[in-house]
Amino acid sequence: MTPSALRPATLPRPASDAAQPAALRERLASHIQRRGALAVLVLMAALASATSSTFPTWSNISSILGNNAFVWLLALGMTFVILTGGIDLSVGSVYALGGVLGAYGAHTGGTWLAVVLPLAVGALWGTAQGLLVARARMAPFIVTLAGLLGARGLLQALTNEGATTYLVPADSAFRRLGDGTWVPVLLVAALFGSGALLLTRTRFGATVTALGGNENAATLMGLPVARTKVLVYVLSATLAATAGALGSARLGSGVTTIGVGYELTAIASVVIGGTLLTGGSGSIGGTASGVLVLAVIHNLIDHYFSQYGSAFTDTVNGAFLAVVVLVQTLLSRTRQTD
Amino acid sequence: MVQQGRAPRSDWILEVAEVDKSFAGVHALRGVDFRLRPGEVHALIGENGAGKSTLIKVMTGVYRPDAGRVRLAGEDRAFRNPLEAQTAGISTIYQEVNLVPLMSVARNLCLGREPRRFGLVDVRAVNRIARETLKRYGVDVDVTRPLGSLGLGAQQMVALARAVRTDARVVVMDEPTSSLEPREVETLFSVIRGLRSQGIAVVYVSHRLDELYEICDRVTVLRDGAVVHTGDMAGLERLKLISLMLGREMSTVRAKGATAFGTGQHGEHGGDGGHEAAPVLRATGLTVRHKVHDVGLDIHHGEVVGLGGLLGAGRSETAKAITGALATDGGTVEVDGVPLARRSPAAAIRAGVVMLAEDRKTEGILPNLSVRENISLALLPRLARAGVVSGARQDEIVRFFMERLRIKAAGPDQKVSDLSGGNQQKVLLARWLCLDPKVLLLDEPTRGIDVGAKAEVQALIDELAEQGLGVLLISSDLEELIEGSDRLVVLKDGRAVGHLRGEEITEQTVLDTLAAAPPSEDLRGEDLDGEDLRGEAPAPHPDDHPAQAQGRPTAPAVTKEEPR
Repeated sequence: MTPSALRPATLPRPASDAAQPAALRERLASHIQRRGALAVLVLMAALASATSSTFPTWSNISSILGNNAFVWLLALGMTFVILTGGIDLSVGSVYALGGVLGAYGAHTGGTWLAVVLPLAVGALWGTAQGLLVARARMAPFIVTLAGLLGARGLLQALTNEGATTYLVPADSAFRRLGDGTWVPVLLVAALFGSGALLLTRTRFGATVTALGGNENAATLMGLPVARTKVLVYVLSATLAATAGALGSARLGSGVTTIGVGYELTAIASVVIGGTLLTGGSGSIGGTASGVLVLAVIHNLIDHYFSQYGSAFTDTVNGAFLAVVVLVQTLLSRTRQTD
Repeated sequence: MVQQGRAPRSDWILEVAEVDKSFAGVHALRGVDFRLRPGEVHALIGENGAGKSTLIKVMTGVYRPDAGRVRLAGEDRAFRNPLEAQTAGISTIYQEVNLVPLMSVARNLCLGREPRRFGLVDVRAVNRIARETLKRYGVDVDVTRPLGSLGLGAQQMVALARAVRTDARVVVMDEPTSSLEPREVETLFSVIRGLRSQGIAVVYVSHRLDELYEICDRVTVLRDGAVVHTGDMAGLERLKLISLMLGREMSTVRAKGATAFGTGQHGEHGGDGGHEAAPVLRATGLTVRHKVHDVGLDIHHGEVVGLGGLLGAGRSETAKAITGALATDGGTVEVDGVPLARRSPAAAIRAGVVMLAEDRKTEGILPNLSVRENISLALLPRLARAGVVSGARQDEIVRFFMERLRIKAAGPDQKVSDLSGGNQQKVLLARWLCLDPKVLLLDEPTRGIDVGAKAEVQALIDELAEQGLGVLLISSDLEELIEGSDRLVVLKDGRAVGHLRGEEITEQTVLDTLAAAPPSEDLRGEDLDGEDLRGEAPAPHPDDHPAQAQGRPTAPAVTKEEPR
């Protein structure tokens, strides 16, 4: 064999020419995937503002933002879980549990207990779920389904099956946390901002994304896979319990019947926000757009279709979700074939 | 270059001594000794199942040996996981790129060791480091793009850049060139030469002999879990190397009769050299990027066409490309003169081309179902009338094939996973035969089954061909291939490098064909043509390969060259 057999001196580089349009298409696809929800949000808000006199009023906007802000924290935690390729079905129940614990804490021990108790129970709940997923290698779906039932059961036991309602004392400082529009919105915005920083600018965040993208590779690269998995479930449950506690501060009592199905809304927000349900790609900003899109749809249906009742809200949400996932699938197919 | 002669003990950077490793009672490694000097490129070669990957995994902390020692720089080490081996200075580049495709190139490169400012990852520094590092590897890309958007070769380079850190003492490369373009191979080699000059030892696993001769200093050959040769690469003849891998002594070409194949030729075309009749299957210009290059073959009624070559030569890929199980970048397949328009296994089955997959467990049997269900599964659509399957008809067919193929089972309702490997293989054969195919593609039909069952399967292949079935036989068992085939197409690095027929098919000619035919410049150049033609079906190159385009056999290319 001649030494130059594997070393052709001058080779054309056909790849570079063909790569340009492909890269452009791929960039466009990835932009639509990541920022599609934001575009839809802006479009809907613009259309609604143009056609309705009530939509752009402060009272309407503050009702969109203020009433549900805490529930959006469920989607924040869910983003991390879904990014690892997992799922957390327990957040709705943990949200309700956090609410009761918050009210119970404010009722018996004051503001500090109202804050600490839900945080601690949420963190413990998440640790248990995380260990079962990461160490015992159980399916996240099953573990958190058990968590959904378990947390709801614990809630029933704490409240004597709903017979006992804990009230947050009217003079408690705890109530300030849920008051008005600005406090909840700023609180939630700050948490989303911290979440975004955590995801994009820390090793933990990089590991979360890597883990969802290719768990095998993450393991072989020596990343702390199991620890990170436990931590995302801790984060999710803690945020859910915190959200519940803040909700009880707003409502003034621990309501046992709320939170049913919230996990599904959270999942929907995350997916609409462009995070892949299979993990490995997504953003906190996308999730923020996702929750707002769902909130605006809800609000618009209340506005325009109030004569039909709000019964159609979930149908529209469902249809919207289906369209988003369809577009995601088509986009990722475009990117793969490049 | 490396010092010749015996190095003193302390000079080994990595020593694997008397290592045993078995899985479920099967010995994967038996008393393996493997020693690595600093600054040498050491080839590790062997056929499928020789124990290469097990040895690599022992060295890199994925497996722990049952017995024996692993010593790094003279110290006994027992790595519990890949991370410990990495920290100790053993980096590995896996055959499959093991990175995260959705993350950016830069993040992949720095994952787990990102530079931080004020506790947060310094994204700008990450990107800068990535750009600078990759430039040294000849990769000039936007590092903020997702890794998955890069070509496989560039991804492999990123994996390489990630693995080769300043503190690496040993770099293990498992078939690093399997997805590289020639230009990238050259970059890889210059990187390897750089490592060598820095005193870093490289373990280089590849099936491409030309590469081994170009880049490697020494070689260790594994066969059946044991080391059969260790020595300098220079001065080792290709033919010797291949016979070491395959376990054949050149002087002792055994007499025929060790397999159950008949010695006669099959079908109406046997031995007379005439191929007037149209082939039942004709494949031309099959191309699968990085795997198969412009391979063409004809199979006539009643003919067993063997597909030979070393591991990684593209044998299975060629068969899969024919059925459509593997997406092709070019080439056509005709069955009885009718081209297959849609390429999918389902379309191939409808046209009468069926394939017995190599991996019985993952691509074949449904372990929890019965023999009956496993046999009749593919047939069900044809048995059904208005969607209802006739149980009686199904039973009749299943019983027929169980008797015909002498499947030893308690009855049609026995779970298939309870059967022996040989009988499972027969069940799979029955599954395809009951579809009444025209062409049967067999990928390693006798691997992992006992001697008796092996002979039965071989006799069956013979019998089926005599009845007019066209058979493509892929086998790593050289004896089986030589005695079973009427014609033999030899593949090397995804190209057909030899066509043998009839009496020409001997161990000597096959090994000669494998050892000869180094890739020439113009053949290498075709890779780039292929890139231009991606998406279109490239026309076959009748000028380049007149013989294969027309399915005519040629004498083997025994242009043996000077051994180095």
